[in-house]
Amino acid sequence: MFFLASLFSLKGHHPLPVFPPIPSYMYTLPRVSVPHRNLVIKVEKDLEMEKHGRKPEPNIFASVWRFLRRCLFLVLALGPMPNHIAFIMDGNRRYAKRRNVKEGTGHGVGFTTLTSICQYCYEMGVKYVTVYAFSIDNFKRKPEEVQSLMDLMKEKIDELLEEDSIVQKYGFRINFWGSLDLLSEPVRLAAEKVMTHTADNTGPVLSICVAYTSTNEIMRAIKKSCARKSFRTQGYVNCDGESVCEDNNGYVTVADLEENLDTADCPDPDIVIRTSGEARLSNFLLWQTSLSHLQNPNPLWPEFSLRNLVWAILEYQKIYPYLEARRRLAKKEN
Amino acid sequence: MLSSLHLNPTLNYATLNYSSTLLLLRGSRRRTRRGGANDSLVSTAHPARQYPSLSASLAPAREEERKEEALLPPHLRPESLPRHVAVIMDGNSRWAKARGLPSSAGHEAGYHTLKKMVELSCQWGIRALTVFAFSSENWTRPKMEVDFLMTLFENVLKESLGEFLREGIRICIIGDSSELPQSLQKLAKEVVDKTKNNTQIDLIVAISYSGRKEITQACQNIAQKVKDGLLEPEDITESHIEEELETNCIPEFPNPDLLIRTSGELRLSNFLLWQSAYTELFFTNTYWPDFGEADYIEALTSFQNRQRRFGQRIN
Repeated sequence: MFFLASLFSLKGHHPLPVFPPIPSYMYTLPRVSVPHRNLVIKVEKDLEMEKHGRKPEPNIFASVWRFLRRCLFLVLALGPMPNHIAFIMDGNRRYAKRRNVKEGTGHGVGFTTLTSICQYCYEMGVKYVTVYAFSIDNFKRKPEEVQSLMDLMKEKIDELLEEDSIVQKYGFRINFWGSLDLLSEPVRLAAEKVMTHTADNTGPVLSICVAYTSTNEIMRAIKKSCARKSFRTQGYVNCDGESVCEDNNGYVTVADLEENLDTADCPDPDIVIRTSGEARLSNFLLWQTSLSHLQNPNPLWPEFSLRNLVWAILEYQKIYPYLEARRRLAKKEN
Repeated sequence: MLSSLHLNPTLNYATLNYSSTLLLLRGSRRRTRRGGANDSLVSTAHPARQYPSLSASLAPAREEERKEEALLPPHLRPESLPRHVAVIMDGNSRWAKARGLPSSAGHEAGYHTLKKMVELSCQWGIRALTVFAFSSENWTRPKMEVDFLMTLFENVLKESLGEFLREGIRICIIGDSSELPQSLQKLAKEVVDKTKNNTQIDLIVAISYSGRKEITQACQNIAQKVKDGLLEPEDITESHIEEELETNCIPEFPNPDLLIRTSGELRLSNFLLWQSAYTELFFTNTYWPDFGEADYIEALTSFQNRQRRFGQRIN
């Protein structure tokens, strides 16, 4: 894996180590702004064509690129691969501002990035992907911005059920985590529809956190645990010798809380990536990321590309033995 | 290889540009703020400004301003310092191993670093400091090391009680104290009682602590309230949970503004999970015994340069 790391560093403009030395977890290859503006224009054209029902034309370069990717992922898979990656998709608005385009375009390009990353994760064999789309704190923003984000979300959620979406292509199962009752009716209904439609899919799992904060999730889990415990003690639940009722006299345990969290049927994230260089969790999966590898690459979310993803996985593979030992100890402890 | 380098995580070009702008602003603010005798005798560009003792002899500066200058490093602004800093003191064993010493030497050196950090925090006006001394996962370490650590905690508490009272440090101990030796439990209770009226700085020491267990314990307390009929399950809110957390011993700012983790590990390891929702994280490759004033200033400078939005927009 160090060979691959050095390959990437030579491709960039500075090999490791570098003066002034840059820590590996903050290492990114330099951004090139001109091609990205072209990318934005291309994406806008593609979005325009898709809106009018015309598919963008495939080309031979796409097939060659797909083949090269497959080779790269085969080499990457020689090392330990993460099972679950979580993304905090930060920087859409800054991206639009820097390129002097409309604010909504940043979020549109961000959605395209999300679908590409999901595709790469599927090709790499990463089974679970979680993204932080909208926090409960984001409701405090200007009503126009919140409304436009809700409209964009509804549009994109509906697109997930279309023929050429990642759901149909790769068999993704979609989860929506959060207090969905805080969302507007159309968005909530669309989300529930997608969850029902994809509940039986056996492919990778994409969990989208909307109207979500981790403290809210833990609070709802506590409410459910307390309600369940009080029902049990008041005799509303018929135990009939079930082993689940033989818990410690109504004491709430770590396992009780964990089974009532939104993330109950997902393993904890192996890597948490927050784009745009900010180093904080912002109330995202606080319970679940206790032993996750935290990374904060500098590129904004719409600029986050395959090379950043591969670099993130290489970083993870470097510390994997130590992390795995810690996880085994933690499991033993619990 | 990488772990031996002293790497500076704040050097990305965004913070470099921002911090140099701040230095410029800081300079101009000083000129307008200090009217009177200082300006005519010592200009802000004068190197003597950097050395408080020298500037004191050159210019008759006011007593409080001289003290303030002596206390805070030049480019840190008191109004943007974190009020509550949390530290994961990681790397003692690796530090000792790199020097061919037993891990107990690493822990002792770590204690001296902690002492220095508490002193600096007091000096710079940081109101609360939470340190992760011993995790509930650390009980699986070799018995000799665990016994040494328990003895170290006892000795530290015994010897430093006088200093805590003198310096006005209030001690809180959080974590599952039932697993600690009896003598340590008793001593901890005594120290907490004796220092509870101190106001200079709050020092929370997490011993045998697990963030998940803390939240579960809070849930247990709430479940008890529900059972006693004091609270309905539907009425439970986040503030009910926050009141039950152990860090509520500092009710004014229970959540850390800045969390520092040493030794290059990039994770929270079950420390202050609920409380670090909006905490700025700072990771450094330095091992804890090597973490000095310069590293602390770097962490505080990095914090100062960050834009905290709490999910909202700042225009």
